Amino acid sequence: MPVEILEPGLASSIQDRGRPGYYNVGIPPSGAADLRAAAAANLLVGNPLDAAVIESPYMGPVLRFDEPTVVAVTGADMPVMLNGEPAPQWESFAVAAGDQLTFGFLRAGARIYIAVAGGFDVPVVLGSRSTYALGGFGGFQGRNLKKGDVVPVGRPSGGVPGQVVPETLRPVYSRDVELRVVLGLYDYRLTDAGRSCLLESEWTLTPVADRTGFRYSGPVLEWEERVQPFGAGSDPSNIVDAGYPVGSIQVPGGVEPIILHRDAVSGGGYAMVASVISADLNLVAQCSPGTRTRFVAVTLDEALRARADSADRELKLRQALGAAT
Amino acid sequence: MSEHVVQSPLPGVFYTRPAPDKEPFVEVGSVVSADTTVGLVEVMKQFAEVKAGASGTVTRIHAENESIIGPGDGILTIEKG
Repeated sequence: MPVEILEPGLASSIQDRGRPGYYNVGIPPSGAADLRAAAAANLLVGNPLDAAVIESPYMGPVLRFDEPTVVAVTGADMPVMLNGEPAPQWESFAVAAGDQLTFGFLRAGARIYIAVAGGFDVPVVLGSRSTYALGGFGGFQGRNLKKGDVVPVGRPSGGVPGQVVPETLRPVYSRDVELRVVLGLYDYRLTDAGRSCLLESEWTLTPVADRTGFRYSGPVLEWEERVQPFGAGSDPSNIVDAGYPVGSIQVPGGVEPIILHRDAVSGGGYAMVASVISADLNLVAQCSPGTRTRFVAVTLDEALRARADSADRELKLRQALGAAT
Repeated sequence: MSEHVVQSPLPGVFYTRPAPDKEPFVEVGSVVSADTTVGLVEVMKQFAEVKAGASGTVTRIHAENESIIGPGDGILTIEKG
């Protein structure tokens, strides 16, 4: 059963849990920018967690279903309409053959996730159905969705309407966000004033915010002076090339910090002053331009506890939706 | 007579003109049709055209050039007709 893309939205793509294990050869993990919302959408329609969904930033697509099935929309707060009538979010619902799914204006958050029972059945590339559009592979023909695309759907393994994510397990989106970071590896390149400035300033997300990275405006950070080592560029924010973790924050020229996200380049020559902890990357994905942001330093132990809490929330979600654990 | 407020479909930076050295897409008094481009919204390095969505005359422009706007924010008002 295929789904037809009548309008693609702005940059809709097919994503699953991602493609870990190839970052060392320059291929990023990709996968849903907000993995938790994507997981919820899949569980609502009876899919395994690694089924592929549509991710749409800022603007929803228009979809037409050729056969009856079960659908769920999670993530950003955005009105959902089935044939022009309001449909729920965070709740599975039935669609009939010929039904059209449309969306209103984004109200909060940034990215919606649309799951269909059976999952979007695009070819598996290097272990994942996720689109890596910059590399031109994965997902639907290695690119974002276009008007007129007909995306195949796999055979459903279940999926009933009326499954609901409990309120307590739904996110609440704000225009004021705190992101937990672990400082390093190169924060020693900042002066004390530069480090304080990073952690004590309010940063505003610019419109340059996509699956590759999120760029923030704010004050200028001050770097320690040094004679640049061989192989590093001349700017004080340059280092000898190193691997970039997903979530790492680089500050080219000391202005406009960039948080790398799941489609990031794997390495380069900018000092990473901190990394957003893995548990907060989903939150980054739900920030839209203008979001006021503070970076809060935590220890590695705190980051690992947050990761465990995040896994625990996913377990609760699976239990709430009756998924086999 | 009725009014139509053109809303931004996206969050991003609003531009009243196609390029810094070009004339604005529309001004107060401009006569537009539904498919007239009235501005651009930039997000994720993409520029999305905002269409008037109704025909008539522009009576007010709400969004300032290069300001950050949100989805649903009013960009300008058109007196339909």
